[in-house]
Amino acid sequence: MGINYTAHNLQFSWDGKRDVFKNISFSLQPGDIFCIIGPNGTGKSTLMKCMIDILEYQNGAVRIDGIDIRKIDRKTLAKRIAYVPQGYQVAFPFSVLEYVLMGRAPYISAFSSPDENDLKIALHAMQEAGIMHLMHKSINEVSGGEHQMALIARALAQEPELLLLDEPTSHLDFGNQMQVLSLVERLKEKGITIVMTSHFPDHAFMVSDLVGIMKNGSFISIGPAEEVITNMTLKETYMVDIHVEFVEIAGRKICIPVKNVPGCTCPIHYPTFQHNCDALANSLDN
Amino acid sequence: MKDIHIPSEQYNFEAVKATLRIGVPFRIFFCLLPFGVILWSLFIGRYEVEPLVVIKMLLSLVYPMEPTWTNADETILFQIRLPRIIAAVIVGAALSMAGAAYQGLFKNPLVSPDILGVSSGAGFGAALAILFSTAAWMTQVSAFIGGILAVLTSYFLSRLYKTGQILVLVLSGVIVSAFFGALLSVTKYVADPYEKLPTIIFWLMGSLSSVRYNDILSILPAIIFGGGVLILIRWRINLLSLSQDEAKTLGIDLKKITRIIIICATLLTAASVCISGIVGWVGLVIPHLGRMITGPDYRKLLPFTIVMGASYLLIMDDLSRTIIATEIPLGILTALLGAPFFAYLLWRRKTGWV
Repeated sequence: MGINYTAHNLQFSWDGKRDVFKNISFSLQPGDIFCIIGPNGTGKSTLMKCMIDILEYQNGAVRIDGIDIRKIDRKTLAKRIAYVPQGYQVAFPFSVLEYVLMGRAPYISAFSSPDENDLKIALHAMQEAGIMHLMHKSINEVSGGEHQMALIARALAQEPELLLLDEPTSHLDFGNQMQVLSLVERLKEKGITIVMTSHFPDHAFMVSDLVGIMKNGSFISIGPAEEVITNMTLKETYMVDIHVEFVEIAGRKICIPVKNVPGCTCPIHYPTFQHNCDALANSLDN
Repeated sequence: MKDIHIPSEQYNFEAVKATLRIGVPFRIFFCLLPFGVILWSLFIGRYEVEPLVVIKMLLSLVYPMEPTWTNADETILFQIRLPRIIAAVIVGAALSMAGAAYQGLFKNPLVSPDILGVSSGAGFGAALAILFSTAAWMTQVSAFIGGILAVLTSYFLSRLYKTGQILVLVLSGVIVSAFFGALLSVTKYVADPYEKLPTIIFWLMGSLSSVRYNDILSILPAIIFGGGVLILIRWRINLLSLSQDEAKTLGIDLKKITRIIIICATLLTAASVCISGIVGWVGLVIPHLGRMITGPDYRKLLPFTIVMGASYLLIMDDLSRTIIATEIPLGILTALLGAPFFAYLLWRRKTGWV
């Protein structure tokens, strides 16, 4: 049990001209929690899809226990790595239980259906995610947050060693956010590695072992949260002043976006782009 | 971070397990339904045969007894009614299964078995055979080949575009249907309007009136293969409702399962169409009805669809041969009754997606 996951110099581009990201390297031990933060549109989700071979990176290598991920067949991969996407669509109104059971797919041969053991594992996953009460509800009728929890339960039903969570807390209320983070910690204790993207640097302080800040297609900083998440790096990342401060009642550091910090002279500013107007007009004409 | 307490709810495992299956009373009812309809279908028809005599004749098959019926009775029952009933059951079940499988593959409840052009291809094949030959078996073979050819064209056309999107497959189906539809129009246009044209038109309207045992036997292998494989992979069809990315991360070979479903559904549809002509609406309406009753899980849905489709088409065929003195083409009836029924389903808003 446990997975050694390394990504080495990953580079991805949609069109072969402009890189979405490049020079992405990191390595994870069993039970590591890796939190990727960064502004919208910086390629966090794309990186995650490359990490599980849904999208093909152009350069670099992903290795699992030293084996190239592209040489591993999908079924084997699905037993080791589970992925919780950010968006979801389900064509037909399956019950939440039927939906979670789909996570057993890699363990079930083409000509058979889930058996009692699969059902037990799915039910256990639903208990872990705290969605037992939704069991018989239609997946198309539950709320966005409940759907997210069902997705996590489905991923757990895969019994993965590595769990990729793409913004797992984005649709969730405070209660469910904490629920997910506490689940992440419990999974860590079982030796499951977790990679999550997030828009909340706070979450990185709460659970992560390793934080990567992604900006303009590469990690501008990677390391333990204490070192990586600072006023400076957050300002560089989000282009606004963010104050990182230890709060006693929380027992950890928290991040507060501020408009103007006394003593800090920097107002909110956005990057100014130097447009070549003629070139732009030309490109629109063509 | 402190651990958050999650209330671990008690549940009854057996009760949960039962929800994934169709209930026993329900199951018994739906197993008996087609047999009831079949028996009733044997009783009715233009030529009157007493129900009691029918039952006696049936019993005589397994239990030798002195015939109290005429030869005509026997011919009507075993050579005309029975093959027709068997054909209706098979065609209804096959079209409904193909429709259900395609609705899963295309993630769309509005899909019918002819989405990849199988009906237009078969129609053209049949028309061409009628134009150049008089042998009935030629029409069937040609319709079967035409249907398969149309689907193959759709499939390989979609493979030209590398996206692998299901939408491209739908568009290819539209293109191929239009093309074969046009070819069919050409054959109709050049056909002799007094002799060949009516035959083509009647074939396209669908009918089971001339089905014999030989026809059924010749399509049986395709039906058993296509239907059997779909039944075996029925749980997998569920997984196609997810996005492509999700399906991949669950270890599913999308290309392979897409191909398997297309092959099975095409065999089922082409085999049905070649003995019945074009019979619409069954493959669209029955899976819907099934989904309303059993939910979308194909483990429950597919068996249910078979039973309902078989019963439904048999009832339609009974109506087509008994309502008025002359035969009403089957395709007309299924659409005439199927369309308002579908409208009713939508109106009741029980389909789960409107």
